[in-house]
Amino acid sequence: MIRVVAAEWRKLRRPTLFLGTLGAALFFTGLTTTFLYLMIDSQQGNGDRGRRIGREVLNLAGGSVYGFASVGGLLGIIALCVFAAQTAQEYTYGTLRNLLVRQPGRVRLLAGKLIAMKIFALLLVLIAAIVSVSISLVLSKKAKVTTDLWFTSAGFHAIGQTLLNVTISVIYFGIVGMVLGLLLRSPITAISIGVLWMLIIENLIGAVKPVTLKWMPGNQLQTIAQGGSADVSYSHALTLGTLYVLVGAVVAVVLFSRRDVAN
Amino acid sequence: MTVLAISVKDLSKKYETGFAVSHANFEVPLGTICGFVGPNGAGKTTTIRMLLGLISPTGGSAEILGESIKHPEKYLSHVGAMIEGPAFYPALSGVENLKVLATLGGLPMERVDQLIKTVGLEGRGQSKYKTYSLGMKQRLGIAAALLPNPKILILDEPTNGLDPEGIQEVRDLLKKLAAEGTTVFVSSHLLSELELISEYIVMLRKGEVVFAGTMETLLLQQQPVILVKAENEKDLEKIVAIAHADGHKATIRSEVAHIEGPADWAGTLNRKAFEAGITLTQLAPQLPNLEETFFELTGDRT
Repeated sequence: MIRVVAAEWRKLRRPTLFLGTLGAALFFTGLTTTFLYLMIDSQQGNGDRGRRIGREVLNLAGGSVYGFASVGGLLGIIALCVFAAQTAQEYTYGTLRNLLVRQPGRVRLLAGKLIAMKIFALLLVLIAAIVSVSISLVLSKKAKVTTDLWFTSAGFHAIGQTLLNVTISVIYFGIVGMVLGLLLRSPITAISIGVLWMLIIENLIGAVKPVTLKWMPGNQLQTIAQGGSADVSYSHALTLGTLYVLVGAVVAVVLFSRRDVAN
Repeated sequence: MTVLAISVKDLSKKYETGFAVSHANFEVPLGTICGFVGPNGAGKTTTIRMLLGLISPTGGSAEILGESIKHPEKYLSHVGAMIEGPAFYPALSGVENLKVLATLGGLPMERVDQLIKTVGLEGRGQSKYKTYSLGMKQRLGIAAALLPNPKILILDEPTNGLDPEGIQEVRDLLKKLAAEGTTVFVSSHLLSELELISEYIVMLRKGEVVFAGTMETLLLQQQPVILVKAENEKDLEKIVAIAHADGHKATIRSEVAHIEGPADWAGTLNRKAFEAGITLTQLAPQLPNLEETFFELTGDRT
């Protein structure tokens, strides 16, 4: 298993992939966190979907990671793309046959790849968290936000809790990407369908019939990152999200371990 | 009990459209070079994939080094393979691509540098795979197959895209490996190359094994051929008639009469042609070769 993780890490650590993904993650993290503080008095809102997040919220113990929690969904989409591409490209490049000749244990191969990608996602989340909290701290004075509660034990607890939630969310998004990559065997198709569903179709359906958002997989994963929302509780999102991911993973594992490798 | 390198019994793979491989039977002894030939779509790659555990057979069985192909984990550490051409990550260098496989297989990293030299890629090992020529990609594929220092090397068209010098290098490499005890199972369209190096041959046609055995046995089964050219092309019909009259099969292909018959009948033919007023410009007895035999057995002249 360790050998599979190490082999996968050799692919993930290449600068264009690692730095490119990190760059995208930091761009969205920086943008979201900066807007949160610089547009705090804007009538058009400073949060996602035009929500207004006031000083009374950012002054609280969890204020330091509010921006980071908001960007969790986008970090998840990035993870979905990376996991989907890394999995599906084995089919399009034809490299899966090489891997299976050197490691015939298919479930082991899949598990090793997933662990390596989880490590990748964890690094991404950690760096994004550090950057988001740093930006929050720097911009708090300009936005007249009080940071007294941020570095109390409650504040640190909020940081830890948010980090855990975003990590779970990002890894779940990644597993969805991996499942799509395995099922569709094409990076472009897997990413397109994943992003289209999570970012567009769910929101369109949700706009027409808001009650459906309570059951949509993408919304559950995003809600996990935010630690719950007004419409969906954290425990509901975590339970349903875990269920969706588990079912998808089981289907993908069964298919992968039984399907002929013909390309 | 002698352990065979490869033993295939009634192996079949059936798709909805029909059999890709149908009840194949053959054996490959340890330490030999075995050519695996057949026209396009004959089922060579499907057979190789089944031997490597990549696709499941729908019938029959096979063993590699005495282990069933149902348990590829028991023998694949002793097998090196290149299937349907080289396949690597374009954004990684040649060396890094080999290191991915070496890491996965728990193989020593020093082997990567050795093999880069062995296949003549020194100086280009650090270049990205996507910048490689077809020949270089092929060489990297062979290096990857050699990574585990295999007891059995399975190569699918290893000389594709190589220049004549490269083809000769691969031929010499395979001979050297076989001399060191490695079993080489190689498919190729270059039948003349296979004839030079193979001791065993497995021939497939439409998913069925039409011959499996030593090269010598195969060639002995075939009649020697006398190739005849006449000064006047129209006289070839008369030559064919003379051959038929003496009980020999004969056909005209590309302005040459191909007559099945022993070399010593060539003198008789020459005399009879002279008596018929035909001037021969070529009279060449030929021993059967793999290419002719291949066409004969597979009925493939494309």
